[in-house]
Amino acid sequence: MTGTRYAWDFSFLWSYRGLILTGLGVTIAYTIGTILLGLVVGLVTGLLRLWKNVLVTAPLVAYVEIFRCTPLLVQIVWFYYALPVVLGIDIPAHVAATLVLSLYTGAFYAEIIRGGVASIERGQWDAARAIGMRRAQVMRHVVLPQAIKRMIPPFMNQSIIQLKNTSLVSTIAVADLLYQGTIITAATYRPLEVYTMVAVIYFFVLFPLTLAAQHVERRLARSD
Amino acid sequence: MPETMIDIADLWKNFGALAVLRGISLRVERGSVVAIIGPSGSGKSTLLRCVNLLEDPDRGRIRVGGREMRFGAGLRSRHSDRELSAFRAATGMVFQHFNLFPHMTAIGNVMAGPSIVKRMARHEAAEIARALLAKVGLADKADSYPSQLSGGQRQRVAIARALAMNPSVMLCDEVTSALDPELVGEVLAVIEQLAEEGMTMIIVTHEVAFAHEVADLVAFMSDGVIVESGPPGQVLEHPENPHTRAFLARFHRFMGSFPGPG
Repeated sequence: MTGTRYAWDFSFLWSYRGLILTGLGVTIAYTIGTILLGLVVGLVTGLLRLWKNVLVTAPLVAYVEIFRCTPLLVQIVWFYYALPVVLGIDIPAHVAATLVLSLYTGAFYAEIIRGGVASIERGQWDAARAIGMRRAQVMRHVVLPQAIKRMIPPFMNQSIIQLKNTSLVSTIAVADLLYQGTIITAATYRPLEVYTMVAVIYFFVLFPLTLAAQHVERRLARSD
Repeated sequence: MPETMIDIADLWKNFGALAVLRGISLRVERGSVVAIIGPSGSGKSTLLRCVNLLEDPDRGRIRVGGREMRFGAGLRSRHSDRELSAFRAATGMVFQHFNLFPHMTAIGNVMAGPSIVKRMARHEAAEIARALLAKVGLADKADSYPSQLSGGQRQRVAIARALAMNPSVMLCDEVTSALDPELVGEVLAVIEQLAEEGMTMIIVTHEVAFAHEVADLVAFMSDGVIVESGPPGQVLEHPENPHTRAFLARFHRFMGSFPGPG
């Protein structure tokens, strides 16, 4: 070492606070938006997956597995660059980003929802059917109330991961927190400070959420 | 002439290649109790589940009260959800593993039928439920969750839940098999009380002594067929079929009353 120790200096970041906050806002907006859209996708997919008809379930299994078993980064790039070529239409970055993130997390939600409903013992169906409940009534009054309780912990975990997943949209120039980081890096040539800051911000958003998730999980476990 | 409450005619059921019911016919008169005994895997539970249409028979006819369902070639067009539900609503069933709804209290479980299926007002359903919980000796447990109850208490709540639909018949599927021995009595006492009140019942049981005491007719099932049936004194004490003899020989309290097989 010849005296070239890196001199850390975070002070310049203050002047970029507007950009950073905007980026964080975009990140949070994408997270919440795609969680909600993904939930709709996952709910429909997960419940239809319980159908016995293979013609219904086969395409849904294909969708879920394709999105679960390929890298999200590849999906984003593919939706943004390849899909427009295939379809012959223009897909703006924010549309591609929203679409992919929703479908991606929706695939995981679908499995959580399907698994939660499937985990309810057959005896519960038997008992509810035996007192004359219709299928929809069994679902609403007996199965879902129990299944939702089992779905909450994995749903919260998946949603927390989703916040980090949104950082990948920076690759197609969606101006999220990470993207703003690269912009600031390009202007300042100080990637170490910038990316450290980005990581710290993600941590301080996510850490309280993971604590909350653990708390909920413990409370649900106790009430069983 | 006594009225036939449950009429099962030539009922067949396969699970894949396995023939579980092979032409079962059984009549249960109003107010009488039929006990079905037999080794595990003989089709007893499947028969009961078919009577409540929890299983879809391949062929045959089932009538409970005034409702009849036919099954078989040409009739494979499945019965509608509405039809099946209406049929089941009139047929009470109690299960080996209770199957209480764990997210509802005892009274919530008993109210479920009247309030959800019959769309009765809550206070009305609660009144019925309270009376039934009292009947099974659990008036003080109305607000307990199933996880806070013993096995015997859970099964009594399950009986009350079935009764809340005011069924014309009750089907009891090995209702004491999952219970600790010391809790069996309290459940059997409730079943016995129902029998005395004139409830029409089919009881699948391993409690041979109980079958002897409470049943008007005992049917012995083996390999999907009723091989022998008749008054308990006849079937349980002087069985004619070798399968029945072999089965009953295991219950030593009857050992003295007839010679074992071979």
